[in-house]
Amino acid sequence: MSDTATITDARLSFVRDRPFDPLPPPLVHSGAIGWLLQNLFSSFTNILLTVSCVAMVVWLLPPLIEFLIFDAVWDGSSRADCIVTPQRPAVGACWAFVIERLGFFTYGFYPIEERWRVDVFFVLLAFGIGWMTWLDAPRRGLGMIYFFAVMPVLSFFLLVGLPAIGLQAVSTAQWGGVLVTIVVSAVGIVVSLPLGVLLALGRRSKMPVVRMSSVIFIEVVRGVPLITVLFMASVMLPLFVPESLTPDKLLRALVGVALFAAAYMAEVVRAGLQAIPRGQYEAAMAVGLSYWQAMRLIVLPQALKVTLPNIVNTFIGLFKDTTLVFIVGIFDFLKTIEAARGDVNWATPVTSVTGYAFAAMFYFVFCYAMSRYARYVEHRLRAGDRR
Amino acid sequence: MDENAPGRTRFKPASLNTAVAVDLSGVHKWYGDFHVLRDINLRVTKGERIVICGPSGSGKSTMIRCINRLEAHQQGRIVVDGVELTDDVKKIDEVRRDVGMVFQHFNLFPHLTVLENLTLAPIWVRKMPKAEADEIAVHYLRRVKIPEQAGKYPGQLSGGQQQRVAIARALCMSPKIMLFDEPTSSLDPEMVKEVLDTMVELANDGMTMLVVTHEMGFARQVANRVVFMDEGQIVEMNAPQEFFANPQHERTKLFLSQILN
Ligand SMILES: Nc1ncnc2c1ncn2[C@@H]1O[C@H](COP(=O)(O)OP(=O)(O)OP(=O)(O)O)[C@@H](O)[C@H]1O
Ligand SMILES: [Mg+2]
Repeated sequence: MSDTATITDARLSFVRDRPFDPLPPPLVHSGAIGWLLQNLFSSFTNILLTVSCVAMVVWLLPPLIEFLIFDAVWDGSSRADCIVTPQRPAVGACWAFVIERLGFFTYGFYPIEERWRVDVFFVLLAFGIGWMTWLDAPRRGLGMIYFFAVMPVLSFFLLVGLPAIGLQAVSTAQWGGVLVTIVVSAVGIVVSLPLGVLLALGRRSKMPVVRMSSVIFIEVVRGVPLITVLFMASVMLPLFVPESLTPDKLLRALVGVALFAAAYMAEVVRAGLQAIPRGQYEAAMAVGLSYWQAMRLIVLPQALKVTLPNIVNTFIGLFKDTTLVFIVGIFDFLKTIEAARGDVNWATPVTSVTGYAFAAMFYFVFCYAMSRYARYVEHRLRAGDRR
Repeated sequence: MDENAPGRTRFKPASLNTAVAVDLSGVHKWYGDFHVLRDINLRVTKGERIVICGPSGSGKSTMIRCINRLEAHQQGRIVVDGVELTDDVKKIDEVRRDVGMVFQHFNLFPHLTVLENLTLAPIWVRKMPKAEADEIAVHYLRRVKIPEQAGKYPGQLSGGQQQRVAIARALCMSPKIMLFDEPTSSLDPEMVKEVLDTMVELANDGMTMLVVTHEMGFARQVANRVVFMDEGQIVEMNAPQEFFANPQHERTKLFLSQILN
C-alpha cells in the first residue's frame, strides 16, 4: 500500500512503509552554471553589478598592463631612455629609474660601504618574524626571546654602530627609505601591542588613579592627529629640554608613533576584553589564580583572539601612517621617492607615476601579507576550539 | 553538678575552632543602596553539607560568593578555615586555594582542553610539576567518569559533562570546602542526575559542601541542614526532615508549596 493511500484513508495514524529514494539536486543549484546563477545573476541588481564590474575590468586592465609591463622601460641610465621619441612613440612606466635609485629607496643616505649592515638587519628581522609567525615552528619560546630581546639589541648596535668592534657610527639622520619605514613600523607594532594591553587593563582597573591615568592618556592621544604628536615630539620638546639632552630625532618620532598606536590598540583590546564573560574571570579567581595570571592565561588569550582582525587592522593602519614621519624631516620610504622623482636627471612625464606605482606596490605587498596572515591565524584558532 | 568545675569544661574552644570550616557572623552587604545581605549568621562545621534555597534574588549567590570573596562583604566577619577574609590579598589567595567553586554556567575555559582546564591551577597556583598535575587531573576525571574526554575542548561536551569537568577542576586543587551555586539549573533534565550523583559521591567522601540548589531530593538525601533565605536574610534553618515536614515560617511554607508541587 502506498503512502498517499494511507493518508487519503483519512486515518489519523500514519506509518511509512517504504523509504523515500534520494533524488538528485535540482540542476540550477549545483555545478558551475548553478554557481553563476546563484552568485552573479541571481537578481536584476546583481546582474547590473556583475556586468558593470566586468566592463570596468575590461576598460581598466589592458591599459594598466600595457603601461606597467609592455610599454615600460626596464633599462636605461637617464631621462633620455624614458621620454617619447620618434622611434619610441609610447612610453610606459620608467622602471629604469626605480632600478637605478633602488639603493636610495632602500637605505636612504646610509653610507654605501656600510649598507651591508642594513642587509644583515633585514635578514635578522625576517628570521625573527618567520620564527614568530610560523605557528608550528620549533622552540617558539626561544623565538620570543630572540624577537623581543636578542634581535632588537643586535639590530641597534648594527645600525647605530659600535666603534669598539669596528662598526663605524652612522647617525640616524643618514637613515632613510625602506630601512626607516621598517624600523618605525616594527617598533610601533612591537611596542603598541603590550602597551595597548596594559592601557586597556588600566582603563578597566578598580583603582581610580590607574583608571584615570589610562583614560586621560588614551583620550588625549586619540584626540590629537598623529602629525600633531610628531610635531610636538620634534619641535616642542627641544624648546623645553636643553639641546644636549634632546633625544635623537628618529627616536622622538619612534616614541610618538608607538604611543599613538598604543592608544588605538588599547581601545581595540578593550573591546575584546568586554567580549569575555565575567564568569571566566571569576572562575580563574575561584581556582586561586592571581589577577595577572588570570589575565595572561585566561582573559587575554580569549580577548586577543576575538579581536585579532581589529589588531591586524590597526597594524596595517600604523604601517601606512609611518609615512607621516616625513613631516618632521625623516626620510622614510615614501619621502625618498618624493625626493628622487624631482631629480633633473630623471625628469620625464612618467617618473612620478612610476615612483608612486612602485610605492603603492610596496605598501600593498606588506599590508596584504599581514591581512592574509591574520586570516590564516584566525582559521587556525577557530579549528582549535570548535564549539 | 557544677559545670564549671575543673575537668568538666563543656567545650574546648581550640578544638571547636578547628572543627569550624566556615563562620559567617553578622554579615551585611550592600550593592549601592540595596541591602542584599542582612545580618547573616551561619556556622558550618567540617564535613557538614549545607543546602541553601530561597526565591530568586534572595541573595543566595551573593552569600556563597562572599565565602571565596568573589564579592566583598561590608560588615561582619567571615572566617574560612581559620582565615578571616579582609582586603588582605594574601589571605584571600589562601582562602581561594582551599575553597573550590562550581558555577551555574560551568565557566570552563573554552580555549583550553579539558585536561588543561584541570591542570592550570595546580601548575600555576600550587606550582606542581606538569606530570604530577596531569596524573591528578586524570584521577579526578575518572572519578567524575569522563576520563575519555581529556583531550577535548569544553565546547565539544554536553552540559552535564561540562559541569562534571568543572567539579573535577575544583577538586584538582584538593579543596577543603566546596561551594556550588545552582550547579544543575542550566542543565537539561536528563543530565541533572549525572551531576547530582557526582555530588552525592563527594558528600559521601566527607567533603564540606555549601550547595545553593532547588533540588530538594538532593537536599533530603545528603544535607545536614537546609538553609532558607529570603530578602537577604536567613529565615529558617533546620535538618532536612524537619525542614520539609514542619516548616515554621510562612515564607518557607509558601516557598516549599511552590517548589514541591
Ligand atoms: N553586581 C550587582 N549589582 C547590583 N545588584 C546586584 C548585583 N548582583 C546581584 N544583585 C542583586 O542582588 C540581589 C541578590 O542577588 P543574588 O544573585 O544573590 O540572588 P540569588 O538568590 O542567587 O537569586 P537566583 O536564584 O536568581 O540566582 C538581587 O536582587 C540582584 O538583583
Ligand atoms: Mg543565584
